[in-house]
Amino acid sequence: MSLSELEFQAQTLEAAPTEAIEGRSQWRLTWARLRRDKMAVASMIVIAVIAILALLAPVFASLLGHGSAQVFPNSGLSGTGGPVSPGTHGFYFGTDELGRDLLVRVLYGARISLFVGITTTAIATVAGVAVGLISGFFGGWVDAVLARFIDTVLAFPFLVLALSLAVVFGPSLTIVISVISFFSWAAISRIVRGQTLSLKEKEYIEAARSLGANPWRIMFIDILPNIMAPVLVLATLSIPAAIVFESTLSFLGLGIQPPTASWGNILAGAQSYYQVAWWYLVFPAAALLITTLAFNLLGDGVRDALDPRTERIFAATRKRRRRTWAGRPATQLDALVAPVPTDGPGEA
Amino acid sequence: MTGPITPETVLSAQSWPTDADLTDDVLVQVDNLVKHFPVKGGGLVARTVGQVQAVDGVSLTIRRGQTLGLVGETGCGKSTLARCIAGLLPVTSGKVTFEGKDITNLPRRKMQPFRRDIQMIFQDPYGSLNPRRRVGSIIGDPFAIHKTATGAARKKAVQDLMERVGLNPEHYNRFPAEFSGGQRQRIGVARALALRPKLIICDEPVSALDVSIQAQVLNLLADLQKDFGLAYLFIAHDLEVVRHVSESVIVMYLGKIAEAGPKDPVYDTPRHPYTAALLSAAPAADPEAAASRQRIILSGDVPSPINPPSGCRFHPRCPKAQDRCATEVPQLEVKAGDMPTHLTTCHFPVQAGEVLASVSRAFRGEAR
Repeated sequence: MSLSELEFQAQTLEAAPTEAIEGRSQWRLTWARLRRDKMAVASMIVIAVIAILALLAPVFASLLGHGSAQVFPNSGLSGTGGPVSPGTHGFYFGTDELGRDLLVRVLYGARISLFVGITTTAIATVAGVAVGLISGFFGGWVDAVLARFIDTVLAFPFLVLALSLAVVFGPSLTIVISVISFFSWAAISRIVRGQTLSLKEKEYIEAARSLGANPWRIMFIDILPNIMAPVLVLATLSIPAAIVFESTLSFLGLGIQPPTASWGNILAGAQSYYQVAWWYLVFPAAALLITTLAFNLLGDGVRDALDPRTERIFAATRKRRRRTWAGRPATQLDALVAPVPTDGPGEA
Repeated sequence: MTGPITPETVLSAQSWPTDADLTDDVLVQVDNLVKHFPVKGGGLVARTVGQVQAVDGVSLTIRRGQTLGLVGETGCGKSTLARCIAGLLPVTSGKVTFEGKDITNLPRRKMQPFRRDIQMIFQDPYGSLNPRRRVGSIIGDPFAIHKTATGAARKKAVQDLMERVGLNPEHYNRFPAEFSGGQRQRIGVARALALRPKLIICDEPVSALDVSIQAQVLNLLADLQKDFGLAYLFIAHDLEVVRHVSESVIVMYLGKIAEAGPKDPVYDTPRHPYTAALLSAAPAADPEAAASRQRIILSGDVPSPINPPSGCRFHPRCPKAQDRCATEVPQLEVKAGDMPTHLTTCHFPVQAGEVLASVSRAFRGEAR
């Protein structure tokens, strides 16, 4: 058989109609893996519930008839003038020392926490990705200046600077968001810069340059999709960090100011009363703990879903265990290992 | 296919002796191209401590619709030369002209119109396609960048291209990872073809493919050349592949041209000892021919291009080297008895029927 015949056959084979025409994108594979991760799914549900509760906080307030800053000197305080315990007079989480409904305050605190967490992460991610891409891609003096700036920001004692800024400009939500954003972008920038430095040497970037693509097109169309995985993980993990940071500032009295409720300033108020009113400390602290834990676990799940290699290790050990239990190969887990693309950005 | 021959192109073509039979005109003219990469020393402030002389004074001509083969060992400057011609690397000195227009070190915006005419196919079919982008979007890139087609028209153009290079147009939405090596190289070919270029620089386009797939891709390239009148600068280290596809061949050694000319004289009567050694090292498919052939085994490694040997760069490894070779740099010139397009850079060119010592003098003691 001649070569051209062979080639003809090969071409007809290649041109044969196939079923699955739609390519499997990285995000679809990631989502499929994430859905199989029970811990990540549970975290997503918890986050969704907290978000819905936060959004519906005014509804709960009107249903209960208690405003977030409304004081109930008669029903909300005990005979000796202390906070009432949970379940008394329709206060399901009890009250604080002024006779305010703790449940409503914790719900309103969730609004602040989620708002600060998501806003600062959005600002930090956009800024971090932009600075990292520009620094890594252009190199030269641009990189020298930006990389040193990143190092400088990361070297700052952030709490000290945050405190002094809050003192100088006066505590407010804007200052809280600005300060947290300012300290969050640099970590993202550093990762993005490193990834960009390695990716810009790839042959497909050279191919784009040989087609005449301008630097911005290369950065945002060719490089950015390849670094979205670590950026997404960092962003997910930066939300709980921002929530804790906001609570810290508010706890120290330099963030959200009373009477506006924030988990941090509720906890600050609880300091003097938790020995007589455990609920005053436990409920806001539990809310903070559950929220940050859920975001952190989700971040871990996203990282595992984006990095097939770690999953492969897990799957292998699970497969072994199941073999000894059931005495047969775990086919479902085989399928889980198989459809993994082999050319992630970290693989080369 | 052949454009008008202007006085300018004729003039520039004279620096390269033209074959009287070739009436087609010059597409790309490279004159004395030099590309040095600075070597930075360590320390707080990096100082330049040396130069990698990747390409050192190379002149060549690529004619419309023809294929120029470029062969040489790894690290001899083939790919650097290609990238300089494609405008991907700034040139240290020398001149590159395309259709008579100087395109040496043009800024990106001024280079843009020439990008349409000069395209590249890369060696690694895995590295040259963005793993996160769909094939339709990768092949559509040239249209998007040069704003020649949008929306449905672009999709149609991309699918036509996919069909032309032997891919299923239905696979428009797939990712590169879902294709085989040969198919991926076809994607690269389709992308290079999109803007109907006049020159495609093929940087080892088949080196990463296995032999049966190599033939398919080479045949595709040949068909496309016939249909679109493309010129190729074809870089490879497989001598047989280069002989198969090229009209003329350039053999490079350590940043310089060792021998250049139409492929048959270069392959049949090599004049440069390096070319002879290279040809004798190529595997032969016929065992009898392989047994009867005398191999010229070169001693040592390719010297560092940071500090190349004096005189002829090949002299430390050359079986014919004499004292003159270490001091005097040989010029690229026509040797006695050769046709006027066959040029060699050697003081003591190989004579017809001459049997070269199988190893150089320095190496002889160790050989059995």
